[in-house]
Amino acid sequence: MSDLGFTAVAGVNPPLPGRRIEPPSSVAISATGLGEGFFEWFGDLGIFFWQVLRAAVTPPFEWRELIRQLDEVGSRSLPLVAMAGGAIGVIVSLEARYSLSRFGAKSMFPATLVYSVIQVMGPIITGLVVSGRVGAGMGAELASMKVTEQIDAIEASAINPYRLLAATRILACILMLPLLTLAADACALLTGWFAQALVEPLSFHQFVSSGFKGATFSAFLPQTFKTAVYGLIIGLIACFQGMRTRGGAAGVGRAATNSVVLASLFLILADVVMVKFILVVFP
Amino acid sequence: MATAYDIATKQANLEKDGRAPVVAVENLQKAFAGHKVLNGISLSVDRGETLAVLGRSGTGKSVLLRLIIGLAKPDSGSIRIQGQDIEGLALDRMGEIRKKMGFLFQQAALYDSLTVAENVAFPLEHHRREMTRSERADRVMQLLAEVGMEGALKKMPSDISGGMQKRVGLARALALEPEILLLDEPTAGLDPISSGEIDDLILKLQHERQMASIVVTHDLHSAKTIANRLALLNEGSVAIEGTFEDLQQSDIAFVTEFLKLS
Repeated sequence: MSDLGFTAVAGVNPPLPGRRIEPPSSVAISATGLGEGFFEWFGDLGIFFWQVLRAAVTPPFEWRELIRQLDEVGSRSLPLVAMAGGAIGVIVSLEARYSLSRFGAKSMFPATLVYSVIQVMGPIITGLVVSGRVGAGMGAELASMKVTEQIDAIEASAINPYRLLAATRILACILMLPLLTLAADACALLTGWFAQALVEPLSFHQFVSSGFKGATFSAFLPQTFKTAVYGLIIGLIACFQGMRTRGGAAGVGRAATNSVVLASLFLILADVVMVKFILVVFP
Repeated sequence: MATAYDIATKQANLEKDGRAPVVAVENLQKAFAGHKVLNGISLSVDRGETLAVLGRSGTGKSVLLRLIIGLAKPDSGSIRIQGQDIEGLALDRMGEIRKKMGFLFQQAALYDSLTVAENVAFPLEHHRREMTRSERADRVMQLLAEVGMEGALKKMPSDISGGMQKRVGLARALALEPEILLLDEPTAGLDPISSGEIDDLILKLQHERQMASIVVTHDLHSAKTIANRLALLNEGSVAIEGTFEDLQQSDIAFVTEFLKLS
């Protein structure tokens, strides 16, 4: 190995006994910086959440903005969520029919589809679709307002921006996610049944009665309403990333991207925790 | 030039008989990433008075306004608005003080999703909830007429020029009938005719409303026209404060150079 090569890797090797201790390399410094940045980000997020929470529970309430955001998050996401749900229904139907046929369990098809869609696929697909559409939109909108001083103008007008901009958007996400999940589930079950009915005769009534046989509310409700937590994650991260943006158009782009990436990541991580929690609380 | 001690003494005396300066800033310091932008600024403005803050780019003029309205926090020093120290005030309490202040941003900062009329109505909708819709519409019309923008009610901010945006921003800043007006570069980027119109407008408003105003500007001609007093900042400190004549008579090298090149 050449001297040049050794020098290049020396900085990341642990100091050996008797060896001269080198100053921290750029890799070590950037790793430390990354660690600090990680904790700083969570700290800032915590402070942001506290300020939003405090603003949300004290009057005056911004009803008009909340209704506008309910429309923005709910009605405008509905077509996309319905289409994604419909596609998932067909995919699950095709896969389930093939797998169940191999094990001679075709009669289990309706229940497999219902449980797969309502307990697993519907909530997570809705969360990810809304995270992409709403997360990016909110992140970019608020970031653009931040860099053009519109958020400062709101604050200078003696209006609490956490109440007007963040609390309304987060609450809209929390309220709308379960409803959108129900819509996605309904579309998935319809298209799943339809895909099956095209191959083998199966009335919708038969499908429903067989699919939901023995089902209890506790089997489905927690799975649907856990999406309110997804809504909290999507709204909180999008508002946080948007309202702390710096740096012009590049900053707006970064805020939009980070909102989607981080919201999707935290949503999946939260799902891991919630699935376990639901299994324990609603056995 | 008044020292921080003079201003503090004046403030204490005036507070006793209820005639404190409307805005009093004492020994204000602010640094960004280790770079000191404001280094011990002390200024005060009385009712009906206009103070123009001049200086080179990057000397912290806009930062000073942001500190006064509470959009940023000083590292040290105090800011008193009508005798009330704003240090550490909660957002909602600060909001009560901000209702008495109007702020015109350098780029106007109009809400780009709202029309001109909705922009001006925005503070009224939030703080004058007792107003009926028609009363609010009348008030918006009156404010826009005051700044000569009554013909642009339904236009979007992106459809009007920079000068027009500043006029609308000014109408929005005046919506809550503030006692203090903070103007950040009101004539920057405007042609001489538009600048003159904005200056006339500010003079007219001052005459009619007797507000305490702080105007940050690079434009010496504009400052001379609209302000009673001028403060020239250099390297984060007040190099000189006084009337335009005081500046002209100064033998401070920075002041003479600034006047010569302006």
